[in-house]
Parts: sequence; C-alpha cells; structure tokens
Amino acid sequence: MPVQTAPLPEKPRKKPSAAVHEVMVPMLVTLATFLVWEIICRLFKVPEFLVPAPSRIWDDTIAITPTVLADTAATLKTVMLGFVVSIIISLPLAVMLTASPAIAGALYPFLVWTQSIPKVALAPILVVVMGSNELPRVVITVLVAFFPLVISSATGLMSVPPELIELSRACRASKWSELWRIRLPYAIPYIFSGLKVAISLAVVGAVVAEFVNADAGLGFLIATSTAFFKVPVAFGALIVLSVMGVVLFQLVVIAERVFFPWSSGNTPVAS
Amino acid sequence: MALSPGARSGGEAAAPTIALDRVTRVFNSRDGDQIVALQDVSLEIAANEFITLVGPSGCGKSTLLRIVAGLALPTTGRAAIAGVQIREPRPETGIVFQAPTLLPWASVLDNVLFPLRMMHRIEPDSTDKAAALLKLVGLSGFESKSPRELSGGMQQRVAICRALVHEPDILLMDEPFGALDALTREEMTMELLRIWSERPKTVLFVTHSITEAVMLADRVVVMSPRPGRVAEIVDVNAPRPRSFDNEADPSFHEATQRIRQLIFGQKHASSNRASS
Repeated sequence: MPVQTAPLPEKPRKKPSAAVHEVMVPMLVTLATFLVWEIICRLFKVPEFLVPAPSRIWDDTIAITPTVLADTAATLKTVMLGFVVSIIISLPLAVMLTASPAIAGALYPFLVWTQSIPKVALAPILVVVMGSNELPRVVITVLVAFFPLVISSATGLMSVPPELIELSRACRASKWSELWRIRLPYAIPYIFSGLKVAISLAVVGAVVAEFVNADAGLGFLIATSTAFFKVPVAFGALIVLSVMGVVLFQLVVIAERVFFPWSSGNTPVAS
Repeated sequence: MALSPGARSGGEAAAPTIALDRVTRVFNSRDGDQIVALQDVSLEIAANEFITLVGPSGCGKSTLLRIVAGLALPTTGRAAIAGVQIREPRPETGIVFQAPTLLPWASVLDNVLFPLRMMHRIEPDSTDKAAALLKLVGLSGFESKSPRELSGGMQQRVAICRALVHEPDILLMDEPFGALDALTREEMTMELLRIWSERPKTVLFVTHSITEAVMLADRVVVMSPRPGRVAEIVDVNAPRPRSFDNEADPSFHEATQRIRQLIFGQKHASSNRASS
C-alpha cells in the first residue's frame, strides 16, 4: 500500500508553491501506483484471490459500505481509547522513571517484561481473564503502543541542559515547578515523536486484538472475509486501515504544529 | 539608559561581601576515588568588586563559583555572603553560564522574567524591569522575539538580563563568553563593563582568557590545578573606564605577564615532574 504521505523534514514557512508540491507529488504517485496495479492485474489476469485489482476492491468494499463504516468506527474507538490510555499511563511513568534511579531500577525490568511478551500470545489469555469485550482490546492496544512513548518522554525529560536545572535550584524552585516549567516543555518535541510512533502502533495493536477477539472492527473484517476468500474486501479493509493510520499520524503532526510551534521546527528525533 | 539610583534599595553599604575561609571540596568519582576539586581556598571579596578567576581546566574555578552560588557545599571550610554561611542558593546571587540556555518556547521577555516566575516573585512592574534590562544590553524591541531568532551574542545578553532580573547583589559568571567568537567576545567584554558601571555589583567571573580576565577585573584570582588552589591574586591597577584600545597600558601588561608566568610556569614545572 503505497500511501506516501510521511512528512518530509519540515522547513519553517514554505512558499505556497512548495506546499502544493508537497501535497501534489505524493497524491500523483499514489494515483499512478493504483493505475499500474490495475493495468498489471488486467494484463496478466491475476486471480483475484491472490491480488485483486483496485477497481474490484473498490466495488466490493463499496457494496458493503455500512459494514465497513461500522467496522471502521469500532476500530477507531479501540485505537483512540488505547492511544489516550497510553498517554495517561506513559507520561506519569516517564516522570517516575526520571525522578530517581531507584524508581527507574524498580520499574525498568517490569516495563521491559511487558514488551518482551508477544502480544498476540497474550491476547487470548486476556480475553479469558477480562471477558469478551472492549477491555482486552484496549489493553492489548496500550501494551503495543505505550512503550516507545514512555521511553521518548523519559529521554525528553532528561534532555534539559543541566544549567537550567541549576538555575531552577538557584531560584529555589520546587521539584514541581522544575517539572512543569522546565522539564515537561523541554520534553515536548520528544513526547511528540513518541506520540507519532504510539498512534501508528495503536492501529497495529487494535487490529491484533480484533483478530483474537471481536465481533466488529477492520481486523475482524479482514479475518472473516479472508476466511471466505473474499480477498477484495480484505484488501479494502487494509486500505481503510492504512488511511486511518496516516490520517491519525498527520493529526498528531498538526496538533504539534498548532499547539507547540516552537517544537515542530527542532524535533530532536527523526519522526 | 538613565540609571535610577533608588532602584537599588539599601544603598551600597549593605551590599554583601563574599568570604571563603579554607574552603575544600572533595568529589567522589564513580570508581570510588576521591577528587579534590578545591583545597584550602581562602578569598575575600569586597562589595561591588570585579573579580575574575583564571586558571587551566580542572583547577576548580567552576566549583568555586557553584559554592558561592550555593549549588555546591564545601566539604570543609566556610563560605559566607555578608557573614551568613552559604547553605543553599540565595536570592542575592544571579548566575550566567557558558551556554545561554534560554527556554526555546518562551519569548525573550519571558526568558528574562523566568527566574522571577520560578521564585513566585512576579510583580506588576516586573515586565518594566525586564524591559529596562533588555534596553540596558541593547535589545530593545526584541522582547517578543524567540531566542532562536537571536545570534549567540544576543542570546548571551538575554542570559545576563535573566541573571540580573531579581536584582542580585552578586553576579556569578561561568565562562559566559567562552562560546562566542573572538570579535563578539571583545564586544561583550566591553558591554559587561558598561553594565557593571551602570549597575554596580559584586562580580565573580570565571574565564580561560587572560586578556579578558585582566581587562575586566579589579583583582584576578589565578588558580592552579589538581588540587585547585589559589596560586596568587593579581591586582590590576589600570584606570577605569577601560577598553581594548589601551591594552598596551603598562599595568595591563604587567598583570598579564604575571598571570602567564603563574599559569604556564606551573605547567612546565608539572610536566617536567611528570617526565622525570
């Protein structure tokens, strides 16, 4: 799926023509790819259960529009719940990790352990424990998405120049103001690069959870349609998923530009 | 800028003096060794005196500065401001570092106001005070600019304003011009002298540059490394106001020569010892 809209390294204040280029070029490339795909499928008569032509994917997916919309909404709900819970968990965790070496020592093994468990293997167990509902899906999504956010936030909180910490101490500021007025703002670019990874992983996590336990969702749609060899529908769901991933990613990028304009220009970690 | 004499309440007589009495500072290194950063340093600094600390790397200049700032405590000995032992950072000190370390998300004005905000001492006239300081360093009209839009020298001027905004009596400067290019550095040296003459303060200024040390100081404290000790205190008797134009002045020359001798003489001596 060649949806090439990953942001190029942004330069401050582009000329309008450059902005047009930035939108037009990826769109044209995407269109051209679909076109070539269509031509190859027709020319070589590729069986549709292997690779269906884009036109066929479109027709079959549009035919079940209400189902696709409902599934998209279900997946989006899981993704967003998982993403929000990841943020709520990750930021305090990052603060705790950077607060003292002792806390870091106590938390790190646990964090690494949550990451070393294969989530696909954990999912069925969680379903048994938590029941067949939204909860295990959100938990899986969080487990997949939160770790990079914790790590990059913690890195950000530690990235403050030591002089500023000394300045804060010289002002006899509390640890709380140091965190609120220095460390957290300094971490913003790092937090956002973590958020960009987390939102992409949240989509992955939600789909993994839906494969194991769901009665709706795009992951569920892919699982059921492939079971009946409705490959074009599966491809359709895949395309919707990737569009969702790209749009959510871009929303994070836009949020950073709107709310923290000073941050997006000097993102320390390549996104 | 017209200096309002009433701005510094209490008058000159109340300004504190820094007194260091046999200050020793020992650090524990990671592999368990003890590193003596400062040993038996005694120093008395009068109010509104300009003192520069010069010496090779590792002679404890910065440690000394941090002890006066209350950011580090002496292992033994006593450090006091106005007779009161320094146990924690005190409001009568302001500090400037080698890097400007401005907050990238805050405007120039907010950067200057930052210490007041951290101290919860923002008052209605704080903004005017900050603006007056920016005017003093020639940055009027830059209040709402982002630090990113400023050159290195301008950023360091903002950092100086930030150190002065809470009206400290003592200004501590840790190689403040070390990261600037040679031309900007000379310019900033003169700038600092002008600021100091308009707003007299006790200044403790760490530098690697002998010329800078002599140009600025009433007295140059020459330090020797491992362990950090005061090698000698060199008086600079050149008249004020000073400028790089009268660098040829015999008093400058004399002080510079003496400092060179102290620093490089020792270096040769220690390298001879190491090779034998």
